[in-house]
Amino acid sequence: MKDKIFRASLFVAACLIIILTASIVYGLVSQSLDAFSNFGFGFITSSEWDSRNDVYSALPFIMGTLLTSVLALLFCIPFSLSVSLFNGEYFRGHRASTILSSVVDLLAGVPSIVFGLWGFYTLRPLMVEMGVNEQGFGVLLSSIVLAIMIIPYASSLSAEFLAMVPNDLKEGAYSLGATRLEVIQRVSLPAAGSGIFAAYVLAFGRALGETMAVTMLIGNTNNIPHGLGDTGNTMASIIANQFGEAGGLKLSSLMAIGLLLFLITASINFIAKYIMKMVRQ
Amino acid sequence: MENSINIDSILELKDVSVSYTPGKLAVNEVNAYFKPQTITAIMGPSGCGKSTLLRAINRMHELYPDIVTTGEILLKGQNIFKMNPMKVRRLAGMVFQRANPFPTMSIYGNVLAGYKLNNISLSKTEKDEIVEHSLRSVNLWEEVKDSLNKKGTFLSGGQQQRLCIARALALKPELLLMDEPTSALDPISTARIEEMLVELKDQYTIIIVTHNMSQAARISDNSMFMYLGELVEFGTTKQMFTKPKDKRTEDYLTGAFG
Amino acid sequence: MKKSFTSTTRFRLAKSSFFFYLVCGFSLVTLIPLFLILWELIRKGYAQFNPSLFTEVAPTSMEAMLAHISGAPIPGGILNGITGTILILSLAILFAIPLGITTGVYLAEKQDKPVARLVRSLSDLLQGIPSIVIGVIVYIWVVKPMSSYSALAGSVALAIMMLPMVIRSTEESLKMLPTSLKEAGLALGGSYATVVLRILLPSAFSGLFTGSLLAISRVMGETAPLLVTVLGATTVNWDITRPVSAASLLIWEFYNDPNLAGLIWSTSLLLLLIILGINLCAKSIAKRWKIQ
Repeated sequence: MKDKIFRASLFVAACLIIILTASIVYGLVSQSLDAFSNFGFGFITSSEWDSRNDVYSALPFIMGTLLTSVLALLFCIPFSLSVSLFNGEYFRGHRASTILSSVVDLLAGVPSIVFGLWGFYTLRPLMVEMGVNEQGFGVLLSSIVLAIMIIPYASSLSAEFLAMVPNDLKEGAYSLGATRLEVIQRVSLPAAGSGIFAAYVLAFGRALGETMAVTMLIGNTNNIPHGLGDTGNTMASIIANQFGEAGGLKLSSLMAIGLLLFLITASINFIAKYIMKMVRQ
Repeated sequence: MENSINIDSILELKDVSVSYTPGKLAVNEVNAYFKPQTITAIMGPSGCGKSTLLRAINRMHELYPDIVTTGEILLKGQNIFKMNPMKVRRLAGMVFQRANPFPTMSIYGNVLAGYKLNNISLSKTEKDEIVEHSLRSVNLWEEVKDSLNKKGTFLSGGQQQRLCIARALALKPELLLMDEPTSALDPISTARIEEMLVELKDQYTIIIVTHNMSQAARISDNSMFMYLGELVEFGTTKQMFTKPKDKRTEDYLTGAFG
Repeated sequence: MKKSFTSTTRFRLAKSSFFFYLVCGFSLVTLIPLFLILWELIRKGYAQFNPSLFTEVAPTSMEAMLAHISGAPIPGGILNGITGTILILSLAILFAIPLGITTGVYLAEKQDKPVARLVRSLSDLLQGIPSIVIGVIVYIWVVKPMSSYSALAGSVALAIMMLPMVIRSTEESLKMLPTSLKEAGLALGGSYATVVLRILLPSAFSGLFTGSLLAISRVMGETAPLLVTVLGATTVNWDITRPVSAASLLIWEFYNDPNLAGLIWSTSLLLLLIILGINLCAKSIAKRWKIQ
């Protein structure tokens, strides 16, 4: 009898997770219906955001999100790849790698809003000095901070996959007269390749959904950003910015943007998890 | 360069010692010389230092900072510790216990891996020639000539090991170091590789670590017996198997331990 | 061919060691931001780090401005934020940890059953949802029907964010236990429930504890979902159905009000130190546990 109740409660807990996820999806869809029925497909393709005339669309924010996240990914690669080689290849199992990886892990613990503050007070004046634009806000500033924020995610997973490359393979390459760099280029990186790729896809997914830091740094203008110095908004930052004062069609449009953001990050994560599953088999 | 003392030895070991932890010698002052175009088997119970000695010859231990190698190793009269380690490794090809074809490369690419890793560019005809020649010398050509672009990891265990031998031969080494190359293989694959090694002897000097006494008896010209890091006995295989000089060798060969 | 070997060897070795130093250089540069952030917070925040930070509520904009004009330090503290964070987090822990552990046990027991696989993927999916999206969903679920922002709404949002981490760590620490442990318990005549509750979960305790600590530290600094669920409050409030403040929300408020900007640093410093402290604590527990 006791066992039955116990087993039932385990099952109920699992079902709650299913119900929870289903209701999140249902909630997002039902709340955004209004926006989609009003603007149709144009919600995704037009670039107008006008509160006075109650006309809304998602394109500027989709573009803003993609632009900042892609740039962040590019900026983070030299650093996260170095960290993962340091931890997974050159200093695997050494004290030096323990220290580096724990400090980099701590970076992942810093709250988004603290990154935002640091970007605002420390990096923004630098942007102004460098002449990016008058205020310093914008795509470049946000993607630099985003890049720093995703380094831990990209590097720790990549290091794991690099460390998984069997020693026999590397020794095989050394025995043919390769240098360390050549072993890394021709054996370690190709062998860990798909895993590392998945790590970067996951990090990209992180960047897409980052909210506070970007909200504080991107400049919050509702246009499609065309360059590094441009201001804009991401999908996450427009929601954080405008949600408090929203109602009616605007609220529904923000929910629709939330739904789109959810779909994008979910598919990115799905791709990454799928690759990792294939690699681990 | 060729003014070496012993003109008919291709490899000489002088007081070679290796330690993994300070103060504990895994290989203890080994002296030996190897004649060209012979097969030498290194035997001994597990943990006796036979693989460790083999890996000293192509300076593999330098990949791990804790391992210290002392003494002199002369390859064609040249001290290998004064040479560039990459050059040493090219001259002394190595085959490992477990076949380790590079999983991201095709069969064709695996044979040429040494050239690729050393950034040596070859023309298409040179490449084809090397691949065919190397695969023929390990008797693998007929089996794989139609699937050269498949991944090396699709082959059977024995084929993979022969591919790895071809990969080492492709660089035309002076020496072939083999670390229990058949221990993970079935008897039929083992027999094929043994057959092939005897054929290869005409062109290469082979040193093979084995824990399989009958394998040593079948293919080797000379044998070394190691015990607790020391070289106990070194002579022709025939002599060692019929009239071992040392009591420990005799005990090992008669199965008293190991 | 021999010639090309020797002539390029030195160049190749040089290239290899250059790359090594490059990797070390970039890795060291990666360490800089964390220390820069800490340094900035300490440099600007230590002056405000006094007892009143923990005993008084946040000042109004007017109070701060008057203090600023007279050259005095900004009065008040962040008591309302600290109590709010404690309230929201405790509720979130109450929701997330029992549910997460139970689900984790289910996953560890059922391994490859279709329902378990679905739940595992959904948990991964939950983990990937941006925090702001969780915030707006909870706004629709809780804030709207109650027609008030509330601590409850905030804790639901944080609980959803904690769930996947708790589930994952429960499942993994249970899977690391030897199967003989379970069999031994059952062989002694223990019921399934007893074996799980009395033997398996206690054996996996440090794993569960570490996972839960990391989950807590991860959501502690969250601001975006709280922005749309708990709103903020100027007084200490223990009523879960009413708006409260939170440490991270106060940072946001201070950031938006130039008069209060002086309080940003001490608040951020406090929050960051607590989060990093929990992180380090969890790591050291995990490490000690692995050695055993």
